[in-house]
Order: sequence, then structure tokens, then C-alpha cells
Amino acid sequence: MQAYWNSSWLRHRLNLHQERVVHLFLAENFKDLPLPRFVVGKNEAEARHAALYQDSDSQSVYTAPGTALIPRPPGRGHPNKKGPPSSSSLPVHEVIQPLAPSIETQPEPTSPVISPHQSPPTSPHSWRKHKRQHSGGNADRQQVVAATGSVWTQFREPQTGPVTGDGMWSSHSPPPPPSQESWVSFTADTPPSSTLPAMHPSSVQESTTIRTVASAATTNEIQRQSSGYDDPWKITDEQRQYYINQFKTIQPDLTGLIPGSAAKEFFTKSKLPILELSHIWELSDFDKDGALTLDEFCAAFHLVVARKNGYDLPEKLPESLMPKLIDLDDSAEVPEPVAEVGYSASPVEVTPNKSPSMPSLNQVWPEMNQSSEQWETFSERSSSSQTLTQFDSNIAPADPDTAIVHPVPIRMTPSKIHMQEMELKRTGSDHNHPTSPLLAKPPEMSEETKLPPSMKFVAANTVGDGYSSSDSSTSDQEPITRQRSQSGASPEALKVVAPPPPPPRPQQSHSRSSSLDMNRTFAATSAPGQPQPSTTAFPPAVPPRPLPTQTSVPLTGHRVDSEGVPAGGAVLTTTSPQQIPQQPNFADFSQFQAFAASEQPSSLPEIDKHSEAGQVEKMSEGAGPLRTVKSDGPADERTSAIVNSAKGSSGPLAPPPKPVRRRLKSEDELRPEDEQLGPQKASAIPAPLTAQPSIPRSVGKDKKAIQASIRRNKETNTVLARLNSELQQQLKDLLEERISLEVQLEQLRPFSHL
Amino acid sequence: MAVCIAVIAKENYPLYIRSVPSQNELKFHYTVHTSLDVVEEKVSAVGKSLGDQRELYLGLLYPTEDYKVYGYVTNSKVKFVIVVDSSNTSLRDNEIRSMFRKLHNSFTDVMCNPFYNPGDPIQSKAFNGIVSGMMVQTG
Repeated sequence: MQAYWNSSWLRHRLNLHQERVVHLFLAENFKDLPLPRFVVGKNEAEARHAALYQDSDSQSVYTAPGTALIPRPPGRGHPNKKGPPSSSSLPVHEVIQPLAPSIETQPEPTSPVISPHQSPPTSPHSWRKHKRQHSGGNADRQQVVAATGSVWTQFREPQTGPVTGDGMWSSHSPPPPPSQESWVSFTADTPPSSTLPAMHPSSVQESTTIRTVASAATTNEIQRQSSGYDDPWKITDEQRQYYINQFKTIQPDLTGLIPGSAAKEFFTKSKLPILELSHIWELSDFDKDGALTLDEFCAAFHLVVARKNGYDLPEKLPESLMPKLIDLDDSAEVPEPVAEVGYSASPVEVTPNKSPSMPSLNQVWPEMNQSSEQWETFSERSSSSQTLTQFDSNIAPADPDTAIVHPVPIRMTPSKIHMQEMELKRTGSDHNHPTSPLLAKPPEMSEETKLPPSMKFVAANTVGDGYSSSDSSTSDQEPITRQRSQSGASPEALKVVAPPPPPPRPQQSHSRSSSLDMNRTFAATSAPGQPQPSTTAFPPAVPPRPLPTQTSVPLTGHRVDSEGVPAGGAVLTTTSPQQIPQQPNFADFSQFQAFAASEQPSSLPEIDKHSEAGQVEKMSEGAGPLRTVKSDGPADERTSAIVNSAKGSSGPLAPPPKPVRRRLKSEDELRPEDEQLGPQKASAIPAPLTAQPSIPRSVGKDKKAIQASIRRNKETNTVLARLNSELQQQLKDLLEERISLEVQLEQLRPFSHL
Repeated sequence: MAVCIAVIAKENYPLYIRSVPSQNELKFHYTVHTSLDVVEEKVSAVGKSLGDQRELYLGLLYPTEDYKVYGYVTNSKVKFVIVVDSSNTSLRDNEIRSMFRKLHNSFTDVMCNPFYNPGDPIQSKAFNGIVSGMMVQTG
């Protein structure tokens, strides 16, 4: 550093040379273009920076644009600060020429270097002045012009003072000497073009040799300045490129960050007071992360340059210096109050800074127009990373709970009817609830929909089918059928929606629907009397069907007690239980009957009642003793099932109906068997059932017996159907309860985790 | 609104003191100085929890007839002291907490500035702005 500083003077001269080079070039090629505004200032700044940062290539011109861009603040007027240094720049100026080549290497927005060749010391300055004035800010221009003029005058004086960039910059500040004043007026009055041509002849000579980099840089710069002159804080392309290059020296990765310590060292070279540097840091570190992104670095650098040039530091970060990354559209001087507001308002938190910068992201820095692409990417990555992330986070809202499937019971009711109804339910489980008045538990529908176990019921397709058919047939018992079908439908719908293959068959052996049991019960009851079949007939948990009477009675009781079985259901229950004992599997049958009865409008139940009145009596008799004993277990299930069936909750009904149906079927199937097995049936078998076995007994009576048995069977069928429906309803209810409990459990799970 | 805001370094020397009534600042300086004892007392009392669980906000350090003093300690033992006018009874605890939070954030920003040497007086304009916003608006 020291050595470098020693050579600062040399660098200063180099910078000046650069200025001249650029200037000459500009003079030649851009006659009408105002000299890069920052020609003078930039040159100085760059000279200083070059010296500071050992960047020999920094074109002095660089400073000029900066100054030009930055409206010469009153500070400029204070020559005190920069008076002496300005003088130092003069000698450099003279030495510029030989240094031109080295200077040219720097692709910086070098304002046209004030060519020493131009005899009038003010000429180059005039160039710059022209530019500045041309671009805008007359007052500033004049100031600048005056400053430059003064600089030049000072330059004239061979001085070997400290070559710090200050010299260059300060050149602007010294009060314009009278000669320059005239010059100033000249330049001020006349458009640059007019003056430029005057310069041309003198500069032509050197412009030819100097054209290289400076030209390119200056062209852009000039254009830039002309275009975006209004914003004094704008960073020109050359400037930005210079900044970027400087950034690279510290951080090769343009998307990376410069740690605070490195930045501190870097900017300390600028010889600015720590306090000012601290303030610059506060302004430029937009996200307050203690590191500088490329954008932030450029802003800081730019502020340093401006400060070096005498510009006072703003209180807030200028819009053009905001780290607006991304979109460098041509929205040029789009004021970004949002960004500023964000900046000023959120000094503490990053996110607030980011948020306001987000909208600014799309805004373009005027200077970004040209070198935007490259820069945009940097800035985007560097500064907008967070904003982008925020953006992303904003943009990417949590997916709607698509997983939330319509609470359609995933019943797998095979029956078409059920399917339809399930769909109906699916479309509006809620609707279904109210629409199904018989559905004692409209909510059950939804619950049922959620019931995975309901899938099981779906399995009982056969049963369901048969049942559905029977249901459908029983138009009168629409409510019941609907319940069942609906319940079935809902589950079916669920099934359709999310077909968790319900183990249909398993249902057969499931506890509740003891349809299979009926077979067993039938088989069991074939020989033994009531007790035996009772044990086997009913679902495992339920004592054998043979105690249908028992169960039926308690069922009814339970039903009444347990759930608010609808009147029809109650009726059914009363009848079904009564019918139940009729057969070993009577439970099922009764269920079926009950269900069927429930399905069918009261007619069947009534009929069943009537027809089975005797049966009921018998059943009641037989079931009485048994009930007490076995009623409990089976009764409960029965009752529940019955209740379920009775209630005909859509969801549960479907599954229960199926098993029930199975039972029905099995029962139906068994019926003939029963009939055949007549004697097999438990004693509890109602008279009609008992009559069945009697049929084969007496051949002579066969016809009558058969007919009677047929009738009775039918009656029992209906009763059982009703019972079945009731049981199914009960099952539905239970299933719904289960679902609700499961849901609650799930809901509670996260809490448990917490 | 605070009447005086002070930032005390770990070594119990002031990093930043600002009072609204530009005059009679000495009184506030003295108050802040004496409040440090209370802060230490509170900090040591909670020290059993190794400070990790220590509440940063110390609350009302002690009230006087004219004003109330609130304290806040950071994990780096930097103390913030806010003196509010007793007549300003409308100030709730939450407001004081928010003020401290803002102070802490601003202080953090100052610390993040590489050009700031810890231990130097805080000369950040941003910090000044924040403090000004919190000071009594009596001008």
C-alpha cells in the first residue's frame, strides 16, 4: 500500500491521462455528445481510486462521470478541501500522454481524459463541462465547468503534490479562475457540440492514439449520461464496470459477498474518514448482513466516489443505488420510493428491506440499461437472492389441501344404486345428510365417508347387491333403502373416490355382520336348539343367532336405549328382534328383515309385525330366558347393528347393510335350507320357521306347509330385512363414531408430539 | 416516549447517551449511571440460569418521583437504559419492550458495520434516527 501510495501521484497522472485520452476520443467521436459527465469528477475519483486500490488502469475519466452524474453539491464549492490536491493533478495531466496506454487498459467509464495535448488547459475540462452541461443541470454544469476550469488551471501548474484522487476530484471544487469562467460561460452557453468541434482539431491528434478502451467506455458513458443525467447518483456503465472489477479483486465470485472486514479495508483506502465510511456502509449495506453484495458494493463504491468528489453523503440511499437487482429494464429513472421507504423504514430487519426491494427489483436502474445483463445476474443473485427467496416463498403458497378429499365415505358398496347414491352423497355429503331424513345421523354420512372401515362393507358387494336390489325393489321403503343405499352409496362413493379396497369378504366373518355366522348358525342350529345356534349364529361376539329372540328383545331395548332410533327403526327393531329369534341366524335375518322393513315403508314392517306377531310371541317366549343370558353380548351388537341399520346412516349403513345383506342372503339362502333343515333351526325359530322343517315332514302337508312356510319365510325375510337395516344403521353409527374418534385421535396426535 | 436513552457497553462505560431535554442532561447521565447498579443486580440474580434463559428485558429498574427507568441487557452484556417520564403513564410494558427491541436491532446494525469498532461511541446516523423516533416528541 505504501509503495502504491507513493506511486499515487503517478497513478494520478495516469488517471489524468486517461481522462485526456477519453476526452480526446470523445472530442473526436462525439462531437455532439456531452463529455461524460463524470469525466472530471470521475477522473478524479478514479484517479484516486486507482491510486487507492492499486488500480492503475482506473481511468481518470471514471471520476469525471461520477462527478458529472452527481450533481455538484455545494460541497464542490468548497475548494478548501481539494484545492491543494487539485494542483497536484495538473502535473499529472501533463504526463498523461505517455501514460495513456496504460490507462487505456482500464475499461472504465473514463470520461474523455483531458488531453494534455489540448493546449487550452481548460479544453478537456471544457469537454467535460460540456458534457455535463449538456446532459443537464445547468447550475451544476456551470459549477462543474468552473470547477474543471479551475482544475485545469491548476493542472497547468506543475505540481507534484499528493496524487491522491482527491487531487483529481478537488480539481473540480476550486473556484473557477476567470479564464475558465469565460470558458465556463462559453461552454455553458454553447452546446457541447459547438465546443467540441473546437476541440477536435486539437484532440484529433491524440484521439487517434487514444481511442481504445476509453472510447468504448466513454461512448457508453456519454450515452448514459445523456440519457440518465437526471439522477446524479446513477452509476454509469463504466463506473459500474469499474466497480465490478474492483469487486472481483476482493471477491472473484460476482454473486458472492464481500465480508465486512475486507470491505472495510478496501474502503479505508479511500482515505475517507471512518465516520463517513461508516455512514456509507450503513447506506449501502441494504440487507444489514455485514457483507456487501455486488450491488451493495457498487453503491458503496459509488458513494465513496461521490464523497471523494465532494458530494455530501445522502441521508438515505438514493434510489439509483438501491440494490435493485433483477430486472434492469429500461425503466431508468423510475423513482423507487418503495425501495427507499423500505430502506429507511426497515433498517433493522432484512425482510422489510427485501420486501420493498422486491418491487424495485423489477425497476431498472438507469445505468443498468446497458450493461444490465451481466449486472442483472449478479445483482439478482447477490442481492435478490433473499428477495427471490422471499418471492418464492410468497409465490409458492402452500398447496391447497388437495389431499383433502371430499369427505365422501369410501364405501365400497358394489350396488349400482349405492354407487349412485354414494355419488350423490359424495357430491354433497352434507346434502345427503339433510336429504336423507331417515338418515338419523346426517353427520354420519361424512363420518362414514371417512370411514375406512366402511370399505369393508363395500366388500359385501354381493350382499349389498342383493340387498340393494331388494332395497331398490322396496320403493316404499325408500327412506330405509335410501338410507342403506345412501350409506352404501356414500361408502361406495368414497370407495370410488379413494378406493381403499374394502375387504368385502372379511366382513363376512366380521363380528357384527354375522352373515356367515348365519350359515354356521344354521348349520349349528340345525341340530341343536336354541342355545346352540345362538352361539354360532350370531357374530362371534354375539351369541348365536338362535337367540334372536333374546337379542331381538334386548336389541329393541337397546335400540331404544342406545340411540334415538327413529320410530320406524324402533318399530323395526321391535319386529326384527322378534323375528330374529325365529332362526338361529335369525339375528341377521331379523336384521335383514328389519332393514328391509325399514327400507320399505312401514308397510313391510307392519306386515312383518303382523305376520310375525306370532313369531314375536314365540320368539319372545323363547328369547326371554335366553335374552337375559345372551342378550347382553349379542344384544349389544344387535342393538348397535340394528340401530345402525335402523338409523340407516348413509355411510355405515352401506357397510352394515352389506354384511347384513350378506346375512340376508345367507339367510335367504339359508332359509330354504332352514326350511329344509326345519328341525335344524333352533327352537327359538319362530313358528313360521319352525313350520319350515315341518314342511318336509308331512308330505301331504307339503304344499300347505310349504306355502305357509314360504309365507312365513317371506315374513321373516322382511322382518329380518328390517332388522338388518336397523343393525346396519347401528353399525353405521358406530362406524361414524369410530371415525370421529379416529379423527380426534389424529388431531390430537400432533399435540402429543408437541 | 423516552426522555433519555442510553447504551452502556459491557465495561459499563457509555456508548451512547441521548436525552431529549438538551439541558439538564447531567441529571439523566447520573440516573443512568446509578441504574447500572440495579442492572447488575438484576443480571446477577438471574445468572443462575447461565444467562441463556435470562430475560433480556429487565423491566422497570426503579422508579423515581419524576421518571421511571427501564433496563435491557443483551447477551453481550450491553445495556440499554430508557428513562421515561413518570407522567407518561400511558406507556405500557409492551411499548417499552418494543422500544428496546428496536434499540437492540439498531444496535445490531451498528455492530454489523465493519467500520464500527466495538467500544467506540455510536455515531451511526441510522441509530440516531431510531433513537430520535423514540424520544419524547417535545422537540
